[in-house]
Amino acid sequence: MAEKQKKSYVKELTKGFLKENPVLRLVLGTCPTLATSTSVVNGIGMGIAATIVLICSNVAISALRKVIPEKARIPAYIVIIASFVTMVQMLVKAFVPALDASLGVFLPLIVVNCIILGRAEAYASKNPVLLSAIDGLGMGIGFTAALFVMGTVREIIGGGTFLTGIDTMLGAYIDLGTFTGFDFTEELAEIGLAPMTLFILPAGGFFVFGMLMALANKLAERKGLKSATLNGCSGCPHASFCKQFSENGECSSKEAEAEIKKEEKTEEGSEGKPAEKTEEKTEVKTEVKAEEKTETKPEEKPEEKTEEKAEEKAEEKAEEKAEEKVEEKVEEKAEITAEAPAKAPAVNNQPQNSRKKNRKKKKKTAPQPDFSPLPEVIPEFIKKDIEKKKEQEGNEE
Amino acid sequence: MKFYIALLVMGILTQNFVLSKFLGICPFLGVSKKLNTAVGMSAAVIFVMLLSTAVTYPLNMLLEKNGMEYLQTIVFILVIAALVQMVEIVLKKYMKPLYNALGIYLPLITTNCAVLGVVILNIDNIGIYSAQNYGFLHSMVNSFAAGAGFMLAMVLFAGVRSRLETADVPKGLQGLPITLVSASIVSLSFLGFGGIVEGMGLM
Repeated sequence: MAEKQKKSYVKELTKGFLKENPVLRLVLGTCPTLATSTSVVNGIGMGIAATIVLICSNVAISALRKVIPEKARIPAYIVIIASFVTMVQMLVKAFVPALDASLGVFLPLIVVNCIILGRAEAYASKNPVLLSAIDGLGMGIGFTAALFVMGTVREIIGGGTFLTGIDTMLGAYIDLGTFTGFDFTEELAEIGLAPMTLFILPAGGFFVFGMLMALANKLAERKGLKSATLNGCSGCPHASFCKQFSENGECSSKEAEAEIKKEEKTEEGSEGKPAEKTEEKTEVKTEVKAEEKTETKPEEKPEEKTEEKAEEKAEEKAEEKAEEKVEEKVEEKAEITAEAPAKAPAVNNQPQNSRKKNRKKKKKTAPQPDFSPLPEVIPEFIKKDIEKKKEQEGNEE
Repeated sequence: MKFYIALLVMGILTQNFVLSKFLGICPFLGVSKKLNTAVGMSAAVIFVMLLSTAVTYPLNMLLEKNGMEYLQTIVFILVIAALVQMVEIVLKKYMKPLYNALGIYLPLITTNCAVLGVVILNIDNIGIYSAQNYGFLHSMVNSFAAGAGFMLAMVLFAGVRSRLETADVPKGLQGLPITLVSASIVSLSFLGFGGIVEGMGLM
């Protein structure tokens, strides 16, 4: 038993590194990721601050999960998170004022960081304290790692430096000597190169994030996982509410809802259960996507090569040798750390993706907790409402 | 007057909330697939931004008077969340058409970082160009500019994405990566507005 428990703890910890990396896989917390990754030190500072808040809020929320009433949970979570953010903000202002200055408005904005609210809703509200703390730590490390990788790429290409500003952040606490970060600008100037300032600018942030996302998708595909999808509100605590309007887990308007209904009506015709069909449809859609991915895998090899070449070209244009080495190392590490936990669940998930099962069976296995960032969080009362509506519609027809 | 125009130009073009300050990226990526949803969402954002600025400005004065500025974050997020929920209820009851247009987006916006961001920025006044504190009117104009900038970015990007749907994208970049790369290009185009405020002699 003890060993099993240990294993599950390790699994909870490491899932946040790559398999469920909050930034690259779950696509949460994009705002701070893009905004604070202009330099490595900024990114790590942001990552650590968010990690502390994440662990503390996860612990508090999971300890109070039986006390907090279902309907008032989101305000309660927000209060808890905001208190911890305020504490961290005051600590940072007192001990690392340079970090406070460089993060600016994004320090208080940790409150609305989707990662924290998302984990509270999806994990801490359902699991015991220790597991929640470990989950928070793992997700925090994943967030920090993503920020570190992005910061590394952007700082080296955009500024020609690495770890600058470390002396102003930590100089008061650690004796760094005369070390103020690496500076390649002079060496670059000798070869006749200048840093591409664009990468520090917002446009570069979007570009690097996009490229990293492509890379993460590629790695995930090799492990047999779905590529990260664009669900803008997956981490949003109101996702459960807007699931009624959602199509492929994406926020959409009433028009979209009406469209779905129209489709339903036109396609349904004689069959009498329009309500169930929509659910089935969206589920099947996502399933088919996943299926396609796994199906095409063996045939992919020639394509893969060309893609990789294209990717490499795009990246190589911008990168220099030194930078490449660093990135490779980081990636290798990420792969190594991620491989162990990712292998086991991949085996578990295979039956779900296999084509042998017919669709009806699949429908039963539809809520795949491993992939979906927010499993099934529709509160009971909303479910009942939806069912009622559907019944009414069915009667009207 | 000049200063208000400068604020508007900065908020919409040079200091665009989404494309240069990275606030509100989640809705920017998530809801920009269709033009009408993009417009509805950004209209709701403008509405909530103006409303929450109007409420938090006097509230902040109260906090400052009592020397409790450190409570800003927690008070603001709670007030915004409560306010938005209340507005939703009121709209639902008394203004059906407006609720139908904005209603669904309102709960999504409570925890939107653009809204809390604009409120905090108004008060902390981290704006690059302005040295003096924003007054109430300045704050309101700034909020409107931020919201309008958000709308512009959303509408433009909705157009870009509708083109992307039919584009032949390399397989590795399909989906989110190509969306981010095109966001990068849109953001790049906004760099062209740099210096417009100084150039027009507004500052």
